Amino acid sequence: MSSFNHLTRCAVLTAAGATLALSLSVSADNHPIKIGVLEDQSGDFAAATNVKVNAIRLAASEINEAGGIDGRPVELVIYDTQSDNRRYQEFMRRVLQQDQVDVVFAGFSSASREAYRPIVNQFDGLAFYNNQYEGGVCDANMIVTGAVPEQQFSTLIPWMMEEYGPNVYTIAADYNFGQISAEWVREIVEQEGGTMVGEEFIPLGVSQFSQTIQNIQQSEADFVVTLLVGAAQASYYEQANSANVGLPMASSVNVGQGYEHKRFTPPSLAGMYVTTNYIEEIDTPASNDFVERFRAAFPNEPYINQEAANSYIAMNLYKQMVERAGTTDHDALRAVLAEGDVCFAGPSGTTCLDPRSQHMSHTIYLARVNDDHSISFPEVWEDIQPYWLGEAGCDLTVNDPSAQYTPSNPPSGN
Amino acid sequence: MELLAVSFSMFYQFGDAFAFLVIASAGLAVIFGMMRIINLAHGEFIMCGAYVTAASARMGLPLPLAILAGAIVAGLIGMLVERLVVRHLYHRPLDSIIATWGISLIATQGVLIVLGSTMAGIGTPLGSFSVGGQSYSLYRLVLLACAVGLLFTLYLFFYHTRFGVLARATIQKPDTARSLGIDTRRVYSLTFGLGAALAGLAGGLYAPTMTMVPTMGATFIVESFVTVVVGGADIFVGAAPAAAILAVIKAALTAAYGQLFGQIGLLIAVIVVIRLLPGGLSAWLKKSGN
Repeated sequence: MSSFNHLTRCAVLTAAGATLALSLSVSADNHPIKIGVLEDQSGDFAAATNVKVNAIRLAASEINEAGGIDGRPVELVIYDTQSDNRRYQEFMRRVLQQDQVDVVFAGFSSASREAYRPIVNQFDGLAFYNNQYEGGVCDANMIVTGAVPEQQFSTLIPWMMEEYGPNVYTIAADYNFGQISAEWVREIVEQEGGTMVGEEFIPLGVSQFSQTIQNIQQSEADFVVTLLVGAAQASYYEQANSANVGLPMASSVNVGQGYEHKRFTPPSLAGMYVTTNYIEEIDTPASNDFVERFRAAFPNEPYINQEAANSYIAMNLYKQMVERAGTTDHDALRAVLAEGDVCFAGPSGTTCLDPRSQHMSHTIYLARVNDDHSISFPEVWEDIQPYWLGEAGCDLTVNDPSAQYTPSNPPSGN
Repeated sequence: MELLAVSFSMFYQFGDAFAFLVIASAGLAVIFGMMRIINLAHGEFIMCGAYVTAASARMGLPLPLAILAGAIVAGLIGMLVERLVVRHLYHRPLDSIIATWGISLIATQGVLIVLGSTMAGIGTPLGSFSVGGQSYSLYRLVLLACAVGLLFTLYLFFYHTRFGVLARATIQKPDTARSLGIDTRRVYSLTFGLGAALAGLAGGLYAPTMTMVPTMGATFIVESFVTVVVGGADIFVGAAPAAAILAVIKAALTAAYGQLFGQIGLLIAVIVVIRLLPGGLSAWLKKSGN
């Protein structure tokens, strides 16, 4: 009986709360826009993701100082997801149901994104995923500002093959990100007439690489594609260097996320090439200005990585869409997005959202780690579109499959 | 020459896996194997040793001394933890699991808050050498030598010193030991401290080869528990042969099928041993010895 009473009381309270919220929203049109932030501030991924939260804080305070979004202040609801997929599910439910946020900025690993995505779909929320990843998410409830394989690998792999030779060895983290990224590498290597001389998947958390290093040395590899994720796997570089492997490395995840070139003793990362849409070494006026404002707000920030820039850009894109739509309603925002001119000139250059895939165009920088771990940029590709999903048949302006596709599993409509 | 190169590479891979298993599990073998305390903070003592080693090496201490400093600090913290927490839980094994797990969470999160999410590494010393066209890290051979030296030293310590005899007596028959005038509380405290110091030593030895993050201890946990469970209560009759057998399994499977199968092999080995030899290798070896 008592639990029944409790339920009734809850229902009454909720109804009262809802009425209150409704009357508030009618009476005051400058009530805050609530933004949920779910990022890993502890656990295996914290090194790469703490800075994202600060980038969002920086954007929020700048937006608020300039008068908010459409006159409404921004309020952040931040939870530490602890590098744990279950925390993502728990906190995603909480921000959408209990905190009633207008939009969520969430996720580092692809496993965490796939863990929370069904919940965003269930409650018809809107989530920004501000991470580079393996590509292929065609979901109207998701906006992706991170770079995808056609932006990072279609530039990187042909360049490396031209420079160093056609034989490629891939080592990748053994989960959806590593598996699908490795598939992209394989496909591009074949297209370009090269050979995969080896491919090895490493379970997350593995930190000892002697045998892997030997396998690489025994192969005829001209360069190694390293798609390693997390702090434990990053031990590979130190161990490969001390065994004197001496092969150039290519990656879509290193340097730009975990700033390994700052954390490890030179020259363990020398000869590493990374395609990234932003790192703090990029020497443009916009980038230098961003770094200066960031360090003024967060003087102890160890490194400003590409995910920090993407999170900052995403905040500003969201502001623009809400101001153009005049509401935070998701359908109205997507109607603005469908106009195809939601762009922002930020720290990494001008970036625009693609209406068909809801992914973002990028300037892609090829970063080379030198012997002393300084960075040089031998190549820059401007305005690289996230074209693959759209060409493969994903069109979110027409329908919403809410699915993730891969080169071997493209949208069935095609 | 070809044969030499191949056999050296097999020896190197086996030695590397063996060294990791022995060094990672020595501290746990003392605390869990001998004292029967399931120490879930084992990884955090390793992390502590690694952090102290890296910090003192950066301050200019030569690496061997820095590693020693890491082991000593971890040992002292271990004795403190024993005095404050573990001492009260010797007859409550399940509670000691929860307590040491709590200590591990506090340590990981505390280090994250105080020292940040990463720490700069110190780089692997000694460079590389090559055999038959393959190059190898010299430091990994030093680790193998350390593992063998560690087993030998522990053997001398437990079987040929007065403290070793007292420690074994205290742990096997605490009441009898006490009635003979042994200060068992002190022995427990020192033994736990020794286990923690060995964990710290593991962290110090592997610090130059790894990423320095608050969660780094976790990557040692599976291997060390597997080794101790397969080995059983005795370090020399148990953990050492267990490490050798597991190293063969891991190195062979990793060479043939990759890292994932190396890990699977270790876990299958522990399942088989738990099912067939509940006392571990040491109980079985001792029984068949009698």
